[in-house]
Amino acid sequence: MIPTHSHWTPLLGRLGLDAIPTEPIVLVTFAGVATGGLALVAALTYFRLWSYLWKEWFTSVDHKKIGIMYMILGLVMFLRGFADALMIRGQQAMAFNGNDGYLNSHHFDQVFTAHGVIMIFFVAMPFVTGLMNYIVPLQIGARDVSFPFLNNFSFWMTAGGAVLVMLSLFLGEFARTGWLAYPPLSGIAYSPDVGVDYYIWSLQIAGIGTTLSGVNLIATIVKMRAPGMAMMKMPVFTWTALVTNILIVAVFPVLTVVLALLGLDRVFHTNFFTNDFGGSPMLYVNLIWIWGHPEVYILVLPVFGVFSEITATFCSKRLFGYSSMVYATCVIGILSYVVWLHHFFTMGSGASVNSFFGITTMVISIPTGAKLFNWLFTMYRGRIRFDLPMMWTVAFMLTFTIGGMTGVMLAVPPADFVLHNSVFLIAHFHNVIIGGVVWGVFAAINYWWPKAFGFKLNQFWGKVSFWCWVPGFWLAFTPLYALGLMGVTRRTRVFDDPTLQPWYIAAGLGSLLIAAGIGAMLLQFGISIWKREEYKDESGDPWGGRTLEWATSSPPPEYNFAFTPKIHEIDAWADMKAAGVQRPTDGFRAILMPRNTWAGIVLAGMATVCGFALIWQVWWLAVLMLVTVVGTAIFHTFNYDRSFHIPAEHIAEVEAARTAQLAALNKGAAA
Amino acid sequence: MSTAELTGRYYDLHEHDHPEGASTALGFWLYLMSDCLIFAMLFATFAVLGGNYAAGPGPKDLFDLPLVAVNTSMLLFSSITYGFAMIAMQNGKLRQTQAWPIVTGLFGLAFLGIELTEFRHLIEEGAGPQRSAFLSAFFTLVGTHGCHVTFGIIWLTTLLVQLGKHGLTAANQRRLMCLSLFWHFLDVVWIGVFTFVYLMGVLR
Repeated sequence: MIPTHSHWTPLLGRLGLDAIPTEPIVLVTFAGVATGGLALVAALTYFRLWSYLWKEWFTSVDHKKIGIMYMILGLVMFLRGFADALMIRGQQAMAFNGNDGYLNSHHFDQVFTAHGVIMIFFVAMPFVTGLMNYIVPLQIGARDVSFPFLNNFSFWMTAGGAVLVMLSLFLGEFARTGWLAYPPLSGIAYSPDVGVDYYIWSLQIAGIGTTLSGVNLIATIVKMRAPGMAMMKMPVFTWTALVTNILIVAVFPVLTVVLALLGLDRVFHTNFFTNDFGGSPMLYVNLIWIWGHPEVYILVLPVFGVFSEITATFCSKRLFGYSSMVYATCVIGILSYVVWLHHFFTMGSGASVNSFFGITTMVISIPTGAKLFNWLFTMYRGRIRFDLPMMWTVAFMLTFTIGGMTGVMLAVPPADFVLHNSVFLIAHFHNVIIGGVVWGVFAAINYWWPKAFGFKLNQFWGKVSFWCWVPGFWLAFTPLYALGLMGVTRRTRVFDDPTLQPWYIAAGLGSLLIAAGIGAMLLQFGISIWKREEYKDESGDPWGGRTLEWATSSPPPEYNFAFTPKIHEIDAWADMKAAGVQRPTDGFRAILMPRNTWAGIVLAGMATVCGFALIWQVWWLAVLMLVTVVGTAIFHTFNYDRSFHIPAEHIAEVEAARTAQLAALNKGAAA
Repeated sequence: MSTAELTGRYYDLHEHDHPEGASTALGFWLYLMSDCLIFAMLFATFAVLGGNYAAGPGPKDLFDLPLVAVNTSMLLFSSITYGFAMIAMQNGKLRQTQAWPIVTGLFGLAFLGIELTEFRHLIEEGAGPQRSAFLSAFFTLVGTHGCHVTFGIIWLTTLLVQLGKHGLTAANQRRLMCLSLFWHFLDVVWIGVFTFVYLMGVLR
């Protein structure tokens, strides 16, 4: 197919010198990133860390290490996405009274698109996937996931997608369409450059990873639970992870299809979403929201699980209403499929269709409300310890409830006709995503960090971060509620009405407060790592936990449990502690574990290069990479020797050290 | 209860290795369901856009039902022969387990050949995927199925080599079983394509 782009050569496709951006802001950023990147590479080389990273991390199939890599990816991309947010806030705070701001429209449109795409796909998704990867196998008493190699591959596909998004900053441009790239704007006629292609291929590559990791975690939860752990004895976080992954497997294929069709329209000039030849742009909008609405529950359900674990732990009692929590999770999972049309009541489907989707949307607030009451009743007459995870949980409960209520307002179709595409909507979804997902992830990091690394996080800087974040959030987004009610539309670059400026300045100050919160959090991580001896937790159970991940040492050994626990109660570890169970100290057996493999990172790397070639229409490279990916995958299937035994002697050694550690700890406590 | 008894009650002290591949059947089936959704979306797209001819040719002008019937029988036969391969596998007969998939692969190739001939005719008549939304949806749905069949044949070939190298090991039996699920799944999807796209298209 001959591309429409004017500069196309067989060797380099659309790639040319004009692909390098000339805007000063981008150039300075590029210089910064390049310098930082080179410094990092130099440091890794100087300290001879490449081989360690390759052997212990990049090729690792250990679910714990993969989980940590997901979290690091999420954190790095979070900083990028937040930089975009600050740019938007800055532009909107100054672009009044004839001032054009500092971002031209070409740049501004890319910034808000990249902000949305990055925050959802490369921040929130890696965070929740990372948490599920790390915690779920431990909570169900398993030694790894069902398909450890696939897990590694999934991570690198997600990372490959992130690499393509970052690359768009310095080579070509990103989409200027908004985060869901509605046609006809995203069609070839109105977006002839590579921006939308970056969007399509970064999401396709990351999406394959997400779907496969969904398959993996469902199989893990269904097949690998410890003996005695019936479904209704699973920890609530594992339940939410199960429903989340079912949602992932059930909706990510929809995203794959809709992006593929958009790509066909752009490259092969088919007519799925065009305005002529029978195409239907509204079909795209329907399809993408059939993925998009369940997606928000994919993000929020796992953190509901996190809050459930934290509330029970820090109130030192069983979670109130375990089974209602499980049913609420399942009901939310099902209902999330039948609300998608509320994203475009203004499409004009008619009163009855709009009413149906309005009502289903409101109905979702019932199971969600049930969850909130369960958390409240768990706290009621509990001995609440206000450590950082619990602080984030309380902040979430207050903030998310308000976000939920504005959601119900938007669910009323006549109200939505007024509020559609206004910044009221922006305030609403940041209210539930920041107040829900982001704070849930922070709660989870503070809660499980000691498990992953063997030392607690610094409380002081954690509290500073908390007290910057929470008021910062409200200062940044309350003005948007007000502005939205006045009818101000989203994605606006310059304003005519000067009376709006104070609101935007307030929102900008809020975002600076959030920036301080992020800074404090990075300091918290840094100081905690620096003083890790001081914050050491040797017990493996620093919070008085109730579920199995606290039954093993911190960090857990590669095999998680020397002997698989048998489960008799919902809160298995609390049950074991109450019964006074001693862990076995002899009779260890060899444990079968999966071997590390190069295949995941290599295959994902090739897929990423293939995506890059498709974006720039370097067809020979795309075909070459496709053939190489298939060939390498086939080559990998000829490796039948994928697991090895950890010898019993080694396990006995590790466990003896653990026994000594616990004995010393008990002696210390007794003295 | 003594300490030792308590430990035994709460820990599996006599655990054996978990057999490799215990989750494979479930995992592969889950993957197939995700793939099924890909087809579901393409069917939905065809349902919405299938009548939008844009003043161009419609199914009645384009579809050669006898040819499609022959094509359908190719795929059905390929499924039966793969079934024979699975029976041979159950009986532990390596030679037959290797022979039947070759027949399956040949039927698969015949199916692809006929499909590509049909596509070429359509494009030559000026009814390519760019002509109308109906044709875009048609080529994408049928083409995606064809891509899957192609992939299935590559997989089948790989598996034949692996059978030759290692015989009917547990791992190879698992792989044969997964490919069986995949191949029959493609057959079921094709029944949908034949019914909804071709038969109902001509009635439209």
